[in-house]
Amino acid sequence: MSTVTLDRKSPGLGLPRLRLRGGRWVSPVLLLLLWELGSRTGVIPDRILAAPSAVAKTFWAMTVSGELPANLAVSLARCLAGLAFGLTIGVVLALAAGLSRAGEAAIDPLMQIKRTIPALALTPLFIVWFGIGETPKVTLIAVATVFPIYLNLFSGVRGVDARLIEAGRSFGLSQAELIRHVILPGALPSFLVGLRYALGVSLLVLVVAEQINASAGLGHLINNARDFMRTDIIVVCLVVYASLGLGADLLVRTLETRALAWRPSFIKS
Amino acid sequence: MAPPLARPAQSWQLSEAGPAVRVRNFTRRFGEVTVLEDLDLEVGKGEFVALLGRSGSGKTTLLRTLAGIDAASGHEVLTPAARAVVFQDARLLPWKRVWRNVALGLKDADIRTRAEAALTEVGLEHRLDAWPATLSGGEAQRVSLARALVRDPGLLLLDEPFAALDALTRLRMHDLVLSLWRRHAPAVLLVTHDVDEAVTLADRVLVLEGGRIAAEEHITLPRPRANDGAFQDVRARLLNRLGVDAGRRKPAEGALLAFPSGEIVA
Repeated sequence: MSTVTLDRKSPGLGLPRLRLRGGRWVSPVLLLLLWELGSRTGVIPDRILAAPSAVAKTFWAMTVSGELPANLAVSLARCLAGLAFGLTIGVVLALAAGLSRAGEAAIDPLMQIKRTIPALALTPLFIVWFGIGETPKVTLIAVATVFPIYLNLFSGVRGVDARLIEAGRSFGLSQAELIRHVILPGALPSFLVGLRYALGVSLLVLVVAEQINASAGLGHLINNARDFMRTDIIVVCLVVYASLGLGADLLVRTLETRALAWRPSFIKS
Repeated sequence: MAPPLARPAQSWQLSEAGPAVRVRNFTRRFGEVTVLEDLDLEVGKGEFVALLGRSGSGKTTLLRTLAGIDAASGHEVLTPAARAVVFQDARLLPWKRVWRNVALGLKDADIRTRAEAALTEVGLEHRLDAWPATLSGGEAQRVSLARALVRDPGLLLLDEPFAALDALTRLRMHDLVLSLWRRHAPAVLLVTHDVDEAVTLADRVLVLEGGRIAAEEHITLPRPRANDGAFQDVRARLLNRLGVDAGRRKPAEGALLAFPSGEIVA
């Protein structure tokens, strides 16, 4: 009896296991096919949502014409500039607060107060201060990414096993050596968690910031497409945003496997 | 919460002829609680001293003071400049490979060779480049021993280093520690709550009670020490001093038991 069941379960036609696991692809592909079918039969009109095939065609055309790469580069540059500022400020503040009591007393209360204000709520103020050019967009991304970096790195520094610090001190490590050999490596896992959040947040804020009267960038493309009801272009841009998020995640994962090779979970794999 | 980064305790080098460790009238309080009071202690050069005491008797506090982890300002606490601690939990840095852990804080050029030599001495020459997370408990403790020895300490402080190991590994570690002690001849202070361990290893066993050294037992039995009559006598005396009547002990009774291994379980 049980043998029969086993036989039925096993891929009798020599289907490789990959195909079985690939079962996760079925529903998304099915959805795409339904969507395509809906568009072809006119159930889904073009101005509501363009067909997948049309989106693919537009994607190709926009890539070849250079329109998409050029605007993507603008958006990426915004994102990276904001991140660079946010990362630097976040790391400096977190280390200052994490490594000294005086630093904590001075910095942490301000950060906690500031944390209660959603970064995006600052948009109007930043427009008043910085106008509608690049500055408010980059600043908005920077301000939003400071927090995940600060919070995680600060708690990482404070969370370093006190017994390891004690051991390091008993072996005669100086303050600087303690920070370099014990505290910073110990805080690295938390920092990478913060970095992952920061990358995600930077994309989110980028999307919103680019709606501020941009004359280039993915947001600009979307705004224009909206005015001409070009749903295909809008979907192309959404796909690009999604792949940026995916790429960011991949980047942090790669960093983690490299930098945290000593962790039991990575050693096993 | 981690680092309230304090300075290590001051230490003075003792004269060539004197003892390795000298503590006079040492008192240590945590708030209302007096942990150590008016304590005197001397450990000779190359002497192996075991410090026995119940939980909370101040053993670890004394060791931390000698290690320079806790400040001893205003007290006469003299130790060699080169000290090294082996903690109960090995306290290896998980993000540094084994040999880097051993070489931690060493400044000379050839630290890899020195770390290698120390790891070879503890029988771990094949784990030089391993991550600490892949070591067994016994291996981690051996790395921790190598990390202490590589510093050529005049004083080796062992803080219940075998308490978390299984019985067999513990016996092997005893042999290893004795052979390393013979070869390098540091003064050793072993903090333990295991009477058998103390009697097996040490030249002198001290019992810490009420914040002072309450009893002292010189052990002249030749090494390696077998669990014979003379051994049992010393053991019974020490257990007695710790408030356990080893002669009339029945295995199933009481809140305070001395198990056959000699461990005190309160």
